[in-house]
Amino acid sequence: MQITVKVNGVAHTHDVEPRMLLVHFLRDVLNLTGTHIGCDTSQCGACTVLMNGKAVKSCTVFAVQADGAEITTIEGLARDGQLHPVQEGFWEMHGLQCGYCTPGMIMTAVDLLQRIPNPTEEQIRHYLEGNLCRCTGYQNIVRAVQYAAEKMRA
Amino acid sequence: MAVTKLFGASVKRREDPRLITGRGNFTDHIRLPGTLFMALKRSPHAHARIVRVDVSKARAMPGVVAVYTGQDLVDKLAPVPCAWLIPNSDLKVPSYRALAVDKVRYVGDAVAAVVAENRYVAEDALEAIDVEYEVLPAIVDQEQATQDGAPQLYDDVPNNIAFHWKLHAGDFDSAWNQAEVKLSRRLINHRLIPTAMEPRGALAHYNPGTGDLTIWCTSQNPHVHRLLLSAVTGIPETRIRVIATDVGGGFGSKIPMYSGEMLASAISRDLGRPIKWFESRRENYVATTHGRDHIQYVDLAATREGKVTGIRVKSYANLGAYLSTASPGVPTWLFGLMLCGAYAIPAVHVDVFGVVTNTTPTDAYRGAGRPEATYLLERMMDLLARELGMDPADIRRKNFVPKEQFPYTTATGLQYDSGNYEATLDRALELVNYQQLRREQEELRAQGRYLGIGFSTYVEVCGLAPSAAAGAMGFQGGLWESATVRVHPSGKVSVFTGSNPHGQGEETTFAQIVADELGISIDDVEIVHGDTEMIPFGMGTYGSRSLAVGGTAVIMATRKVKEKATKIAAHLLEVAPEDVTFENGRFFVKGAPDRAKTFQEVAGAAYLAWSMPEGVTPGLEETHFHDPINNTFPFGCHICVAEVDADTGKVSFRKYVAVDDVGNVVNPMIVDGQVHGGIAQGLAQAVYEYAAYDENGQLLTATLMDYAVPKASMLPRFDVDRTVTPTPVNPMGAKGAGETGTIASTPAVANAIIDALSPFGIDHLDIPLTPERIWRAVQERRG
Ligand code: FES
Ligand code: FES
Repeated sequence: MQITVKVNGVAHTHDVEPRMLLVHFLRDVLNLTGTHIGCDTSQCGACTVLMNGKAVKSCTVFAVQADGAEITTIEGLARDGQLHPVQEGFWEMHGLQCGYCTPGMIMTAVDLLQRIPNPTEEQIRHYLEGNLCRCTGYQNIVRAVQYAAEKMRA
Repeated sequence: MAVTKLFGASVKRREDPRLITGRGNFTDHIRLPGTLFMALKRSPHAHARIVRVDVSKARAMPGVVAVYTGQDLVDKLAPVPCAWLIPNSDLKVPSYRALAVDKVRYVGDAVAAVVAENRYVAEDALEAIDVEYEVLPAIVDQEQATQDGAPQLYDDVPNNIAFHWKLHAGDFDSAWNQAEVKLSRRLINHRLIPTAMEPRGALAHYNPGTGDLTIWCTSQNPHVHRLLLSAVTGIPETRIRVIATDVGGGFGSKIPMYSGEMLASAISRDLGRPIKWFESRRENYVATTHGRDHIQYVDLAATREGKVTGIRVKSYANLGAYLSTASPGVPTWLFGLMLCGAYAIPAVHVDVFGVVTNTTPTDAYRGAGRPEATYLLERMMDLLARELGMDPADIRRKNFVPKEQFPYTTATGLQYDSGNYEATLDRALELVNYQQLRREQEELRAQGRYLGIGFSTYVEVCGLAPSAAAGAMGFQGGLWESATVRVHPSGKVSVFTGSNPHGQGEETTFAQIVADELGISIDDVEIVHGDTEMIPFGMGTYGSRSLAVGGTAVIMATRKVKEKATKIAAHLLEVAPEDVTFENGRFFVKGAPDRAKTFQEVAGAAYLAWSMPEGVTPGLEETHFHDPINNTFPFGCHICVAEVDADTGKVSFRKYVAVDDVGNVVNPMIVDGQVHGGIAQGLAQAVYEYAAYDENGQLLTATLMDYAVPKASMLPRFDVDRTVTPTPVNPMGAKGAGETGTIASTPAVANAIIDALSPFGIDHLDIPLTPERIWRAVQERRG
């Protein structure tokens, strides 16, 4: 099937198998390997991207379902060489260790701050439930999101 | 001129810019033209004879390039190696084929490999492989496996006992006979699944023209993998390049040699094309090593005053179906030697039975042996306190190795380098406001609310080394580390380290150390790791050894560079080397600070080599292999405060305080992060995680839906503090911090919950303390 997907502002038209997952389309067809795969049951959130502005797990979306959609991946988050405040927060607050969960965590956090600009710690922890991190114990991820929230309000 | 010292500063991580922008170099990101994808057909049975493997249908599928069975590879690939051959234990290492030939021995044992044009086709073809099995009775429980009549995994491993390791130090029998207090318990330290967020995988590329094999893989120790791959494939070490730049967590599970990487290599050689294999999470759960899994019988002897006089442990360690790379060493040396903990215990008797069962092989998982020892000891200390009506803080204080006695030799023969155990306890008590907390506990109990306070005053062994000890323990390698410091003509520096961080941040901490040593900007220092073609043989990252061992190698190599640079500078300044001082990146004449050469000038001169001092060769590059004189022994006190809802069994965490002493700290931000992550994993063992098998050997927790890796909402905030007792073992005085949290937290959490439940007369429950387990226990007591 032919699909056209706008990814990080650029339109891509490709022929794909109907069963191809969006995450494989991004990684294997477009070579955007910043979106990671950590599971096969939609639990880990490593594959999270923004689809039409909302966080989705790209391993649970078929590429054909993204036909006509706008996708933002981690590669497209920084603008004009300026890190997104959430990216900056992760760096400042040591919100990552191995970095494997990080792209998905960051995309979910971006989605969170769009909806709740001033979240409490509890809201942050709750909102990140679909994203697993094995390295950090989440404490510095929470701080990273708080840092970004503050920065975005300023 | 004031130059800021970077040692001790929370420098932001230099690995982060690539990782937060999606530009990491993880294995599955590497693309080579012409790559084929490999998928593995795995056994659905825990124990079965392979009658027939029919791959004809799969072979005929469009897009399938080749299919291999175990038989096809018998001559092309040696068995998966075991590299920790513990002596004096009647060790048996049964053959472990990358693809099973006659029998499968656990659910997940690989029987065939499909190679196809893409991953989807490879997966489809697995379905078309027809394997006929004769199912055999399976055995899962390691204690039952040793009983007569239990199913036997191997003809030549009677009663499934792969080894019996013992360490009898001091006179336990007389301690026991004279003991005023005797406690005996059976404790279970259950099986866990490491769950690095990046599963394992490899991209192997054999070039038939050159005979070179390049393999990108998820490795904590690329050189060790190169050596083992060479051994199993017969390709010379000089022709193999292993690359593992960014690795998405390991926690021990990326140390061993596995069938996947071996098969990708052998098949790439066979077909002359790049082969990619990447496991799914389910495969990761059934076929990447698990950890822990002990059944322990403990006898503790003590005086009425609460002095422990001896401990005896008999442990059944579940090794799984085969002996993984380091598996025999983990439940023996890394466990048994640590059974004194922070306490002056004169007699220790340990017997460990390593048992094979129809389960996934076990190996190192964060802490590796030490959590199993620490949980046991800390639980027993609480039981002793309870028995004697003492405060759990006091019983620990009473048994601590006093700070005057360091270096202290334990009954088990370890030499604890330095310590001040009471200081961490005192600090933690202060941070939780202990007396007040106990009063509150009383008040709440009166209202029918159950608050508990749990202690863990641990000590652990870090910086795994030295090589002579490794040899005595049967480890088939040295435990040193290497470093090359290469100063370029511009004065910029590349550091090649044999450590292979996968989240620990050594690209930052090692650069901090080198920048300090050379008085140059951290921006002028690059840390290179994870590529066997670029760095000298290195032992890798595990056992909290990167800083203590690898970091020391870096310092020593840097100091050699400085020594040579000083000679060159002296020559340029026309004075004797003794008359030159090096400070803040400048070499100057003593007493005449204006007569100086910068580090960059000297580096340039070393490469121009127009005028070198007598006997000094051109260039500025040094290598050092560092073999430490001893391990390091971090310690600390963790206190968990938790409330249990007796009606539902639900646990909520009120406070968690960690006071660790890891010696001097290079980067506090990074150490805090290590401690947080460590606590999260240990806490999860106490209340959430459990690798469950049914009696037929099916792993019931084979997905992230069933295995309870904690989410953000399931963890409390951790209050982290430190005391500082430097180690004399290395020039930094640093001990290591990668595993402290995991080792300390499981007993702290379990002890808190048991303490909360004490009004019900409960003095022990096996972990994980799930709501169901707690609720049942409370119901039982309530009658
Ligand atoms: S890969 Fe999509 S949720 Fe895990
Ligand atoms: S940083 Fe490693 S999984 Fe989150």
